[in-house]
Amino acid sequence: MEFLTPNTYSYLTVALIMFTLGAIGVMTRRNGIVVFMCIELMLNAVNLSLVTFSRMHNDANGSMLVFFVMCVAAAEAVVGLAVIIALFRNKLDIDINNVNIFKW
Amino acid sequence: MSEITVQTLLFWTFGIMAIAGGIGLLFNRSPIYAALSLVVNFFSLAGLYLSLQAEFLAAIQVLVYAGAIMVLVLFVIMLLNLEEEQGVLEFNSRRILAFLLGFAFIAEMMYVMREFSDRTRYALAEDFAYGQVEPIGEKLMTDYLFPFEMISVILLAALIGAIVVARKHTYQ
Repeated sequence: MEFLTPNTYSYLTVALIMFTLGAIGVMTRRNGIVVFMCIELMLNAVNLSLVTFSRMHNDANGSMLVFFVMCVAAAEAVVGLAVIIALFRNKLDIDINNVNIFKW
Repeated sequence: MSEITVQTLLFWTFGIMAIAGGIGLLFNRSPIYAALSLVVNFFSLAGLYLSLQAEFLAAIQVLVYAGAIMVLVLFVIMLLNLEEEQGVLEFNSRRILAFLLGFAFIAEMMYVMREFSDRTRYALAEDFAYGQVEPIGEKLMTDYLFPFEMISVILLAALIGAIVVARKHTYQ
Protein backbone atom coordinates (compact mmCIF):
# COMPACT_ATOMS: atom_id res chain seq x y z
CA MET A 1 0.00 0.00 0.00
CA GLU A 2 2.98 2.27 -0.51
CA PHE A 3 1.30 4.35 -3.22
CA LEU A 4 -1.47 5.38 -0.80
CA THR A 5 0.93 7.08 1.59
CA PRO A 6 0.68 10.85 1.04
CA ASN A 7 3.77 12.86 0.23
CA THR A 8 4.26 16.53 -0.66
CA TYR A 9 2.81 15.96 -4.13
CA SER A 10 -0.48 14.56 -2.79
CA TYR A 11 -1.14 17.55 -0.57
CA LEU A 12 -0.14 20.01 -3.28
CA THR A 13 -2.55 18.31 -5.69
CA VAL A 14 -5.45 18.78 -3.27
CA ALA A 15 -4.44 22.43 -2.83
CA LEU A 16 -4.21 22.87 -6.60
CA ILE A 17 -7.68 21.42 -7.24
CA MET A 18 -9.17 23.63 -4.51
CA PHE A 19 -7.48 26.73 -5.94
CA THR A 20 -8.77 25.95 -9.43
CA LEU A 21 -12.34 25.40 -8.17
CA GLY A 22 -12.15 28.80 -6.45
CA ALA A 23 -10.79 30.48 -9.58
CA ILE A 24 -13.52 28.95 -11.78
CA GLY A 25 -16.09 30.10 -9.22
CA VAL A 26 -14.80 33.67 -9.35
CA MET A 27 -14.99 33.61 -13.15
CA THR A 28 -18.46 32.05 -13.50
CA ARG A 29 -20.67 32.84 -10.50
CA ARG A 30 -22.70 36.03 -10.46
CA ASN A 31 -23.75 36.27 -6.82
CA GLY A 32 -21.39 38.66 -5.01
CA ILE A 33 -21.28 36.65 -1.79
CA VAL A 34 -20.53 33.39 -3.62
CA VAL A 35 -17.68 35.08 -5.50
CA PHE A 36 -16.43 36.27 -2.13
CA MET A 37 -16.56 32.71 -0.72
CA CYS A 38 -14.64 31.43 -3.75
CA ILE A 39 -11.86 33.89 -2.90
CA GLU A 40 -11.81 32.42 0.61
CA LEU A 41 -11.48 28.96 -0.96
CA MET A 42 -8.44 30.12 -2.96
CA LEU A 43 -6.86 31.60 0.18
CA ASN A 44 -7.37 28.29 1.96
CA ALA A 45 -5.79 26.33 -0.89
CA VAL A 46 -2.69 28.49 -0.62
CA ASN A 47 -2.69 27.99 3.17
CA LEU A 48 -2.70 24.22 2.66
CA SER A 49 0.28 24.37 0.32
CA LEU A 50 2.14 26.59 2.80
CA VAL A 51 1.55 24.13 5.63
CA THR A 52 2.69 21.30 3.35
CA PHE A 53 5.95 23.05 2.48
CA SER A 54 6.42 23.91 6.14
CA ARG A 55 6.09 20.23 7.02
CA MET A 56 8.32 19.13 4.15
CA HIS A 57 11.21 21.34 5.26
CA ASN A 58 10.35 21.06 8.96
CA ASP A 59 10.50 24.85 9.11
CA ALA A 60 8.28 27.18 11.14
CA ASN A 61 8.19 30.11 8.71
CA GLY A 62 5.49 28.54 6.53
CA SER A 63 3.23 28.07 9.55
CA MET A 64 3.79 31.68 10.58
CA LEU A 65 2.81 32.80 7.10
CA VAL A 66 -0.43 30.78 7.34
CA PHE A 67 -1.19 32.50 10.65
CA PHE A 68 -0.80 35.94 9.05
CA VAL A 69 -2.80 34.96 5.96
CA MET A 70 -5.65 33.89 8.24
CA CYS A 71 -5.57 37.24 10.10
CA VAL A 72 -5.61 39.26 6.89
CA ALA A 73 -8.35 37.02 5.47
CA ALA A 74 -10.48 37.73 8.55
CA ALA A 75 -9.99 41.47 8.08
CA GLU A 76 -10.77 41.12 4.39
CA ALA A 77 -13.94 39.15 5.13
CA VAL A 78 -15.22 41.86 7.46
CA VAL A 79 -14.58 44.71 5.01
CA GLY A 80 -15.83 42.73 1.98
CA LEU A 81 -19.13 41.82 3.61
CA ALA A 82 -19.58 45.43 4.74
CA VAL A 83 -19.09 46.53 1.12
CA ILE A 84 -21.67 43.93 -0.02
CA ILE A 85 -24.18 45.22 2.54
CA ALA A 86 -23.58 48.82 1.46
CA LEU A 87 -24.03 47.77 -2.18
CA PHE A 88 -27.29 45.97 -1.38
CA ARG A 89 -28.58 49.06 0.44
CA ASN A 90 -28.00 51.22 -2.62
CA LYS A 91 -28.99 48.90 -5.48
CA LEU A 92 -31.08 46.11 -3.81
CA ASP A 93 -29.02 43.64 -5.85
CA ILE A 94 -25.60 42.02 -5.53
CA ASP A 95 -25.43 40.42 -8.97
CA ILE A 96 -21.91 41.45 -9.96
CA ASN A 97 -22.90 41.75 -13.62
CA ASN A 98 -25.25 44.59 -12.71
CA VAL A 99 -22.76 46.45 -10.55
CA ASN A 100 -21.29 49.15 -12.71
CA ILE A 101 -21.26 52.15 -10.39
CA PHE A 102 -17.70 53.02 -11.40
CA LYS A 103 -18.69 53.32 -15.06
CA TRP A 104 -18.96 56.88 -16.40
CA MET B 1 4.07 -3.61 1.90
CA SER B 2 3.43 -1.28 4.79
CA GLU B 3 0.17 -0.99 6.65
CA ILE B 4 -2.13 2.00 6.31
CA THR B 5 -1.23 4.67 8.85
CA VAL B 6 -3.47 7.23 10.52
CA GLN B 7 -1.95 9.94 8.35
CA THR B 8 -2.88 8.10 5.17
CA LEU B 9 -6.43 7.58 6.36
CA LEU B 10 -6.80 11.23 7.43
CA PHE B 11 -5.36 12.46 4.14
CA TRP B 12 -7.68 10.45 1.91
CA THR B 13 -10.82 11.10 3.96
CA PHE B 14 -10.34 14.81 4.39
CA GLY B 15 -8.71 15.39 1.00
CA ILE B 16 -11.74 14.00 -0.80
CA MET B 17 -14.10 15.87 1.55
CA ALA B 18 -12.24 19.14 0.92
CA ILE B 19 -12.55 18.77 -2.84
CA ALA B 20 -16.21 17.74 -2.51
CA GLY B 21 -16.85 20.88 -0.46
CA GLY B 22 -15.22 23.02 -3.15
CA ILE B 23 -17.33 21.39 -5.88
CA GLY B 24 -20.44 21.96 -3.75
CA LEU B 25 -19.54 25.64 -3.44
CA LEU B 26 -19.12 25.92 -7.19
CA PHE B 27 -22.35 24.16 -8.25
CA ASN B 28 -24.93 25.00 -5.58
CA ARG B 29 -27.58 27.36 -6.82
CA SER B 30 -28.59 28.65 -3.40
CA PRO B 31 -26.00 30.82 -1.62
CA ILE B 32 -26.82 29.28 1.76
CA TYR B 33 -26.04 25.74 0.54
CA ALA B 34 -22.87 27.04 -1.08
CA ALA B 35 -21.85 28.50 2.29
CA LEU B 36 -22.55 25.19 4.04
CA SER B 37 -20.40 23.34 1.47
CA LEU B 38 -17.64 25.82 2.28
CA VAL B 39 -18.00 24.91 5.97
CA VAL B 40 -17.42 21.24 5.01
CA ASN B 41 -14.33 22.34 3.12
CA PHE B 42 -12.99 24.36 6.07
CA PHE B 43 -13.49 21.50 8.53
CA SER B 44 -11.78 19.01 6.24
CA LEU B 45 -8.88 21.43 5.85
CA ALA B 46 -8.53 21.36 9.62
CA GLY B 47 -8.38 17.56 9.32
CA LEU B 48 -5.66 17.85 6.68
CA TYR B 49 -3.66 20.15 8.96
CA LEU B 50 -4.00 17.53 11.69
CA SER B 51 -2.68 14.88 9.33
CA LEU B 52 0.31 17.19 8.75
CA GLN B 53 0.81 17.42 12.54
CA ALA B 54 0.04 21.16 12.53
CA GLU B 55 -2.32 21.01 15.53
CA PHE B 56 -2.25 24.72 16.31
CA LEU B 57 -3.23 25.69 12.76
CA ALA B 58 -6.00 23.07 12.76
CA ALA B 59 -7.50 24.62 15.88
CA ILE B 60 -7.17 28.12 14.45
CA GLN B 61 -8.75 26.96 11.19
CA VAL B 62 -11.85 25.72 13.01
CA LEU B 63 -12.03 28.80 15.25
CA VAL B 64 -11.39 31.53 12.69
CA TYR B 65 -12.72 30.13 9.41
CA ALA B 66 -15.38 27.57 10.28
CA GLY B 67 -16.41 29.61 13.33
CA ALA B 68 -16.04 33.34 12.89
CA ILE B 69 -15.88 33.96 9.15
CA MET B 70 -18.61 31.48 8.17
CA VAL B 71 -20.98 32.83 10.83
CA LEU B 72 -20.41 36.28 9.37
CA VAL B 73 -21.04 35.07 5.81
CA LEU B 74 -24.19 33.11 6.77
CA PHE B 75 -25.44 36.11 8.73
CA VAL B 76 -25.02 38.40 5.73
CA ILE B 77 -26.71 35.88 3.39
CA MET B 78 -29.70 35.62 5.73
CA LEU B 79 -29.80 39.40 6.16
CA LEU B 80 -29.98 40.04 2.42
CA ASN B 81 -32.62 37.34 1.68
CA LEU B 82 -31.30 36.56 -1.80
CA GLU B 83 -33.08 34.45 -4.37
CA GLU B 84 -31.42 31.42 -5.95
CA GLU B 85 -28.96 32.10 -8.73
CA GLN B 86 -30.18 30.87 -12.12
CA GLY B 87 -28.01 29.19 -14.73
CA VAL B 88 -25.38 27.68 -12.45
CA LEU B 89 -25.47 24.37 -14.34
CA GLU B 90 -26.05 25.58 -17.90
CA PHE B 91 -23.19 26.00 -20.34
CA ASN B 92 -22.68 29.25 -22.20
CA SER B 93 -19.50 30.41 -23.88
CA ARG B 94 -18.21 32.30 -20.82
CA ARG B 95 -18.57 29.28 -18.52
CA ILE B 96 -16.95 26.93 -21.04
CA LEU B 97 -14.03 29.35 -21.35
CA ALA B 98 -13.70 29.50 -17.56
CA PHE B 99 -13.65 25.70 -17.24
CA LEU B 100 -11.13 25.37 -20.08
CA LEU B 101 -8.88 27.89 -18.35
CA GLY B 102 -9.28 25.98 -15.09
CA PHE B 103 -8.31 22.64 -16.62
CA ALA B 104 -5.42 24.27 -18.46
CA PHE B 105 -4.21 25.65 -15.13
CA ILE B 106 -4.47 22.22 -13.46
CA ALA B 107 -2.55 20.54 -16.32
CA GLU B 108 0.10 23.26 -16.24
CA MET B 109 0.63 23.03 -12.50
CA MET B 110 0.70 19.21 -12.57
CA TYR B 111 3.44 19.51 -15.18
CA VAL B 112 5.35 21.94 -12.98
CA MET B 113 4.89 19.80 -9.85
CA ARG B 114 5.75 16.43 -11.41
CA GLU B 115 9.18 16.61 -9.82
CA PHE B 116 7.51 16.40 -6.41
CA SER B 117 6.18 12.93 -7.21
CA ASP B 118 9.66 11.65 -6.36
CA ARG B 119 8.69 9.97 -3.08
CA THR B 120 12.12 9.81 -1.49
CA ARG B 121 13.46 13.29 -2.25
CA TYR B 122 10.27 15.18 -1.50
CA ALA B 123 8.88 13.11 1.34
CA LEU B 124 7.31 14.92 4.27
CA ALA B 125 9.48 15.41 7.33
CA GLU B 126 9.39 12.55 9.81
CA ASP B 127 8.26 14.64 12.75
CA PHE B 128 6.94 18.19 12.57
CA ALA B 129 8.51 20.20 15.38
CA TYR B 130 6.49 23.40 14.84
CA GLY B 131 2.90 22.20 15.00
CA GLN B 132 2.34 22.90 18.68
CA VAL B 133 1.37 26.23 20.25
CA GLU B 134 4.62 26.68 22.16
CA PRO B 135 7.19 26.98 19.33
CA ILE B 136 4.79 29.11 17.29
CA GLY B 137 4.16 31.47 20.21
CA GLU B 138 7.88 31.74 20.79
CA LYS B 139 8.46 32.57 17.12
CA LEU B 140 5.67 35.18 17.22
CA MET B 141 7.21 36.96 20.17
CA THR B 142 10.77 36.99 18.78
CA ASP B 143 11.25 36.93 15.00
CA TYR B 144 7.74 37.99 14.05
CA LEU B 145 7.02 40.57 16.74
CA PHE B 146 6.61 43.51 14.34
CA PRO B 147 4.23 41.69 11.92
CA PHE B 148 2.31 40.44 14.95
CA GLU B 149 1.78 44.00 16.17
CA MET B 150 0.88 45.13 12.65
CA ILE B 151 -1.86 42.49 12.54
CA SER B 152 -3.57 44.20 15.47
CA VAL B 153 -3.47 47.54 13.63
CA ILE B 154 -4.91 45.91 10.49
CA LEU B 155 -7.73 44.27 12.47
CA LEU B 156 -8.59 47.58 14.15
CA ALA B 157 -8.60 49.38 10.79
CA ALA B 158 -10.83 46.67 9.29
CA LEU B 159 -13.21 46.92 12.25
CA ILE B 160 -13.58 50.69 11.97
CA GLY B 161 -13.73 50.54 8.17
CA ALA B 162 -16.52 47.94 8.19
CA ILE B 163 -18.62 50.05 10.56
CA VAL B 164 -18.09 53.17 8.44
CA VAL B 165 -18.91 51.40 5.14
CA ALA B 166 -21.96 49.45 6.31
CA ARG B 167 -23.47 52.25 8.40
CA LYS B 168 -26.78 53.70 7.32
CA HIS B 169 -26.20 57.21 6.06
CA THR B 170 -28.56 59.69 7.67
CA TYR B 171 -27.60 63.15 6.57
CA GLN B 172 -29.99 65.91 7.58
